[in-house]
Amino acid sequence: MAEPLLEVRGLRKRFGGLVATDGVDLDVAEGETLAVIGPNGAGKTTLIGQLSGDLKPDAGTIEFAGADVTALPASARSHRGLARSFQITSIFREFSTLDNVALAVQAHAGHSFRFWRPARAEAALREPARAILEQVGLGARGDVPAGTLAHGEQRQLEIAMALATRPRLLLLDEPVAGMGLDESARMVQLLRTLRGRHTIVLVEHDMDVVWALADRISVMVYGRVIATGSPEAIRANPEVRRAYLGEEIPA
Amino acid sequence: MTSRRRALTLVAVLAALAAVPLAAAAVDEPFYLDLFGRIMIFAIAAVSLDIILGYGGMVSLGHAAYVGIGAYAVAIPALHGVHSAWLQWPLAMALAGLAALVIGAVSLRTSGVYFIMITLAFAQMLYYVGISIEPWGGDDGMRLAQRSQLGGPLDLGDPHVFYYVVLVILAVLLLAGERVIHARFGTVIRAVKSNEARLQAIGVASFRYKLAAFVLAGAVGGLAGALLANQTEYLTPSFMHWTRSGDIMVMVILGGMGTLGGPVLGAAAYLLLENVLSAWTVHWQVILGPLLVLVVLYARGGLWSLLPGGGRRDG
Repeated sequence: MAEPLLEVRGLRKRFGGLVATDGVDLDVAEGETLAVIGPNGAGKTTLIGQLSGDLKPDAGTIEFAGADVTALPASARSHRGLARSFQITSIFREFSTLDNVALAVQAHAGHSFRFWRPARAEAALREPARAILEQVGLGARGDVPAGTLAHGEQRQLEIAMALATRPRLLLLDEPVAGMGLDESARMVQLLRTLRGRHTIVLVEHDMDVVWALADRISVMVYGRVIATGSPEAIRANPEVRRAYLGEEIPA
Repeated sequence: MTSRRRALTLVAVLAALAAVPLAAAAVDEPFYLDLFGRIMIFAIAAVSLDIILGYGGMVSLGHAAYVGIGAYAVAIPALHGVHSAWLQWPLAMALAGLAALVIGAVSLRTSGVYFIMITLAFAQMLYYVGISIEPWGGDDGMRLAQRSQLGGPLDLGDPHVFYYVVLVILAVLLLAGERVIHARFGTVIRAVKSNEARLQAIGVASFRYKLAAFVLAGAVGGLAGALLANQTEYLTPSFMHWTRSGDIMVMVILGGMGTLGGPVLGAAAYLLLENVLSAWTVHWQVILGPLLVLVVLYARGGLWSLLPGGGRRDG
């Protein structure tokens, strides 16, 4: 088997008395979409935070593209090709929508110790940013302050900023959280277009989204991965059914 | 459009400042030349603070330290017979920038209240160093034997020449500031304030940019100090006292954080109020306090936001 793109071993993070991730192992192959599901408080967002570099694990290793990135800060991991979207929308609210994406492009277009030329006059930043806004369906919203976008649009912008860093692996933390049905359907549509082109780790509560996108599913409960497998295998797994404690897994 | 109106308002402010010497001569009150010179010098200090405070969201309560270092960098060489502005002023900027590099390298690892406290502590440390060095005047400070020499026809001893030199420096600073704020560097600095975690997630190692902005602001603060020593022709360690840092911060907030024109207006409003009110009572800050509260409550963008083109923040 080919070397996985992302290889996580024994990842452990504790907050005081609470063990949020308790020895998580995870392999993600190049090109696949892995969904991580689990009840609230299972440690999914904590896992994403450690993968992106926003949180420092207490133990364990993260190998990405053949290199140990466990000790690298978030900004350095971004340059290795890891990009994340946040569960709670995290954008530059005062910046225009286009400026948000252009800044993400700028972050990967050399250093920013440039003091004279207006960044908005740099076609090398604006044009890729415009193309990505088109791609995620925000082409007409570039000049609007990002903070005034509708919730669903802000979620799309999150994805756009992640894409602008030209990632090898997308870490998506509940991309449809808080969305209405229409918005949610549009987001799934967008994520479908990314599937296969990018390797994706997707944390999601909405099982419809998971069934629609996932090649494989990992189930987390109390900080541990209790099962990993194809959607069919997960659906049939008795341990998973027990963990969800009567919560019907929608077909 | 707003950026055009903003630029015009800024030009109008500079033009008004340029007319001050004529007005002062017309009413035969040379004192105003002195007052507005002081206003512009503090405007330079306030603009430099605003780069990190207003644009970058770094609440430094130690900015007077750089002003003080700049003043010493003029007075100490002068003590040893070195009067060239071409030596003193770059020295002021280099030393203040170096101090900002050291202070920033430590304090930027913290945030929030800790950041405020550490910058304050560093500035107070320098204040006490100033007090304790007797050869440089200790607590009393020292007189400046003569103003810096620019050479050529520019005699800074002439109040008019000095005034216009300060005005040109302020104008250049505002122009450069406008460029820097909208260049890649300034975009990163504004993003630090907006959402630093996001900035790091998209791949910007923000620390080095914050530190660079800190050094830049410190260096310009040092230049303000060099000018201040020239204007007052003396200096005391109190230039570095933390209440001075507070004064500069009040100027920025009063005028409008995150704008370039705001700190200029703020410096003018603060020093004019001080001038008018202190003739009336020594407790003039009793009146300034409520005014500041009113501005913060009802004009969040500061005085600058009340002017044409000032409503929207730069950027």
